[in-house]
Amino acid sequence: MFNSTPNGLHSNKTPLLQAIGLTKRYGDFLANEAIDIDIWPQQIHALLGENGAGKSTLVKAIYGLIQPSAGEIRWRGERIVLSGPSEARARGIGMVFQHFSLFDNLTVAENVALGLDGKESFKDMAARLEQVSRTYGLPLDPRRQVWQLSVGERQRIEIVRALMQDPKFLILDEPTAVLTPQEADQLFIVLERLKAEGRAILYISHKLEEVKRLCDTATILRGGRKVATCNPRQETAASLARMMVGGEIKEVRPAAGRQTTVPRLVVNDLSLAPDEAHGVRLDHISLELKGGEILGIAGVAGNGQDELFAALSGERLAKDPGTVVIEGIAAGHMSITQRRKLGAAFVPEERLGHGTAPRMKLSENALLTGHAASGMVRHGFIDTAATLKTVDKATETFDVRKAKRDPEAASLSGGNLQKFIVGREILRNPAVLVVSQPTWGVDAGAAAVIRQALLDLAASGAAVLVTSQDLDELAEIADRIAVMFHGRLSRPLATSEATREKLGLLMGGSSLDPTEAAHAARA
Amino acid sequence: MELVEAIILSVLAASTPLLIAATGELVTERSGVLNLGVEGMMIMGAACGFAGAWFTGSIVIGALCGIVAGILMSLIFALMTLGLAVNQVATGLALTILGVGLSGLIGAGLVGERITPAAHLDLPVLTGIPLIGRVVFGEDAFVYVSLALIIGVWWFLYRTRAGLVLRACGDNHVSAHALGYPVLRIRTFAVMFGGACAGLAGAYLPLAYTPFFIPGMTAGRGWIALALVVFSSWRPGRLVVGAYLFGAVTILQLHAQGWGIGVPSQFMSALPYLATVIVLVLLSRARTGGSTAPAALGTVFVPDR
Repeated sequence: MFNSTPNGLHSNKTPLLQAIGLTKRYGDFLANEAIDIDIWPQQIHALLGENGAGKSTLVKAIYGLIQPSAGEIRWRGERIVLSGPSEARARGIGMVFQHFSLFDNLTVAENVALGLDGKESFKDMAARLEQVSRTYGLPLDPRRQVWQLSVGERQRIEIVRALMQDPKFLILDEPTAVLTPQEADQLFIVLERLKAEGRAILYISHKLEEVKRLCDTATILRGGRKVATCNPRQETAASLARMMVGGEIKEVRPAAGRQTTVPRLVVNDLSLAPDEAHGVRLDHISLELKGGEILGIAGVAGNGQDELFAALSGERLAKDPGTVVIEGIAAGHMSITQRRKLGAAFVPEERLGHGTAPRMKLSENALLTGHAASGMVRHGFIDTAATLKTVDKATETFDVRKAKRDPEAASLSGGNLQKFIVGREILRNPAVLVVSQPTWGVDAGAAAVIRQALLDLAASGAAVLVTSQDLDELAEIADRIAVMFHGRLSRPLATSEATREKLGLLMGGSSLDPTEAAHAARA
Repeated sequence: MELVEAIILSVLAASTPLLIAATGELVTERSGVLNLGVEGMMIMGAACGFAGAWFTGSIVIGALCGIVAGILMSLIFALMTLGLAVNQVATGLALTILGVGLSGLIGAGLVGERITPAAHLDLPVLTGIPLIGRVVFGEDAFVYVSLALIIGVWWFLYRTRAGLVLRACGDNHVSAHALGYPVLRIRTFAVMFGGACAGLAGAYLPLAYTPFFIPGMTAGRGWIALALVVFSSWRPGRLVVGAYLFGAVTILQLHAQGWGIGVPSQFMSALPYLATVIVLVLLSRARTGGSTAPAALGTVFVPDR
C-alpha cells in the first residue's frame, strides 16, 4: 500500500521535482534525514507530519532558503543547487508561506512587486496584478496597505504573488489554518484550477479531512524521516493520523458534569475602544457562563478575540465594573491579581512572552500567576519549595517533557510549554478559566491532553471560556459556540446546532437567516 | 531688509548640518537599524574634514575626508550590530563615546588653526537680486548638496525598486529574508550611507560654518538629528520642515535675546526644541493609520542558513 507510484501514469517520465536523500543537520540535530520525495505535474501532493517532523525544513530546502547538508534536488531530472529563493522562483518554484511573508506598512502592489524579479515596470506589474487576480477570482485592491486587510485577503496577496511568476510548482504551507470554511472552499477551487492547468502543488496541512478531499498523493514525515507515501483518498483520517504520530492518539472523552445554576462568569454589554492603531473595538459584548460549562468562541483571528481576552483578564479595565462579573462580583475595574483572587485563571494565546517569561525558570513562571492565591508567598518571601512543587505537579499530571527539573520556559517545545501553562492554571482549581487558542501549533498528542484537561475541569464545576480558530476543537469540547466578528459576539449556538456552514457564515460577518436563527433559538 | 536676509542666511547655515545628518539616519532607520552613534560619526567627520582641508588647502578634499571618516565609523557599527548581532542601542552609544574621544585626539594639534571657509556661489545678476538673491543663489555648496540629498533620498525610497526593498527590510526582516533579499547586506549599505551623511554634516561645521576646529564642536547636533528623524515619523518631507524649523527658532531666539525681550534666556534656549516637538506632533496627528516607525527598527536579525 505504501511507496507505490501514484496512479501509475508517470512511470515512464521523470518527475517535475525530486528530492533524493535530502538531509539537513543543525548541530547534532537532524531536522531532515535522507528524505526522498517525487513531485509530479498535475498533482496535489500533501506533506503531512506533526510539529517538528521536518516539513518546514524540507520545503525551505526545496525553495532554496536553506542549503541541505546532504542529498540532492532534481528539477526535471537534472540536478540543481539553489543558492536562494530568487533562483527557485526563476526555475518556476513558488511558495505561499504559513506565517505570511508580507509587509504590513506597504501596499498590496508593493508587496507583490517585492516577490517578483523587478524586470517589468511598477505600472505594468500593477496591471498584471489586476489581471491575474481577476482571472483566478482573487479580488485585491493594489493600493491598500496590508495592515488594513483581513487574513483571507492577506493570503490572497501571497497566492497572487506566487501565481504572477507563473510557477510550475507551488508550495503552500498550511494555507487554510487561518481561513473560514467558506474561504477555504474558495481556495480549493483555485487549487483545483491550478492543478488542471498542469501545475504541481505541494500542500502542507494538519487538517486530514481536507487532505483526503483535495490531494492525490501524501508523503508523511515523522521525526525528520519519511515514514510513508500513500494515496490519502484510500486512507482514513485515523490511519493518516496513526502514521503521523506513530501510534494511537488518545480519544478525548467528555466527562458528564453537573451544571451550577448560578453563572460564574457574566459579561454585560461590554464595549471597549481599541488601545492601539490596528486594534478592534469591542462592541456590546454579552455572555453568561455557568459552572460545568464550556463556551467556545470561534472566529477568524483579529476580530476582537485578543481585546476580549484583555478585558476579561484585567489587562485592560472596563469603565463600568458591572460589565465583567466573576462569581457574582462586579470585577470590570479589578486588576488581574484581584480577579485571580476571585477564582479566575487566564491562559493567553501567546505562550512565550505573554503566557510565560521566556528566560525565567518554570518555577518562577508558576509564581508569576500563582503568587496571589496559591500560597507561594509567605510573609512577603517566596516559598521556593512550593513553586517547585507546582512545577513537579504540573509535570506529573500533564506529562510535561523537559530536560531537567526546572528549566527556562523558552527551552520547552511549544506543546510541552502549553501543557505546563494550562496545567499551572488548572492546578489552582479555578472557578473560571479563560483560555485563548489552547492548542495553537501544538501537536496532536499534546492537544488531546490539553482538551481532556479542559473537559475535566468543566466537569468539576468550573466555567471555561475557550477562544479558538479550530472549529473541530470547539466542536469536540464546547457545549455552546459563539462567533466573534468585527468586535461583536454572536448569540451562542448549541454545539449540536452549530454546523460548519452556520459558523462559517457568522465568521464571514453574515448573520444567520431568520428561520435558522429561530431554529437555533428553540434548541 | 538686510537684517531679514542675514537671518535667513544664518538659519540655512544652522539647519544644513542637521538636515544632512538626519537624512542619513533616516535611510539607516528605514532599513531597520537604529544607529545612535550619529554624534560620534559627526564629530569624527568634523575633525578629519578639518584635518584634510588644513593639510591640502582644499575644501572638497576636506569634505571627502569627513565622509570617509563617517563611513569608517559606521563600518565599526555595522560589524558589531549586523555581523556580530550586538545590541544596537549599546553599540551606538559606544560609537558616540569613541568618536568624541578619538576626534579630540586627531584634532588636538589643529586647535587654533584656521582655514579659508567654503566659497559661496556668486552668479552675476542673480545673486544681486535684493532679499532672495543671496538666499537662493549665494549659498555654499553644502546647502545645495543637502537639498539635493533629501530630494534624492525621497526619490530613492518611494520611486525606485531598491528603495522599496530597503523599506521592506525595515518593515519585516524575516519576510524580506524569506523572499530572498540579502537583509544584512542592504542594512550595511544603509548604515554606511548614514555614516557618510553624518561625516559630511560634521565636516560642514569647520569647513563652512566656522573656519576652525574645536573639540566637541558638534555640540549635540547629532542627537538633534536623531530626534528629528523620529519626530518626522521617518518621512523625508517632514524632515526638511523639522530641520529648518529647528534652525529658524535657534537663530530667532538668539536675535530675540539680543533685542532684550523680557523672557528668561533658559526658556528662549529651550524654544527650538519645544517648537520642533509641537509642530512635528501636530503633523503626525494627521496620519492616516498604520505604524509610523519602521516595524523592525532596532531589532537584531540573524538569518538561519
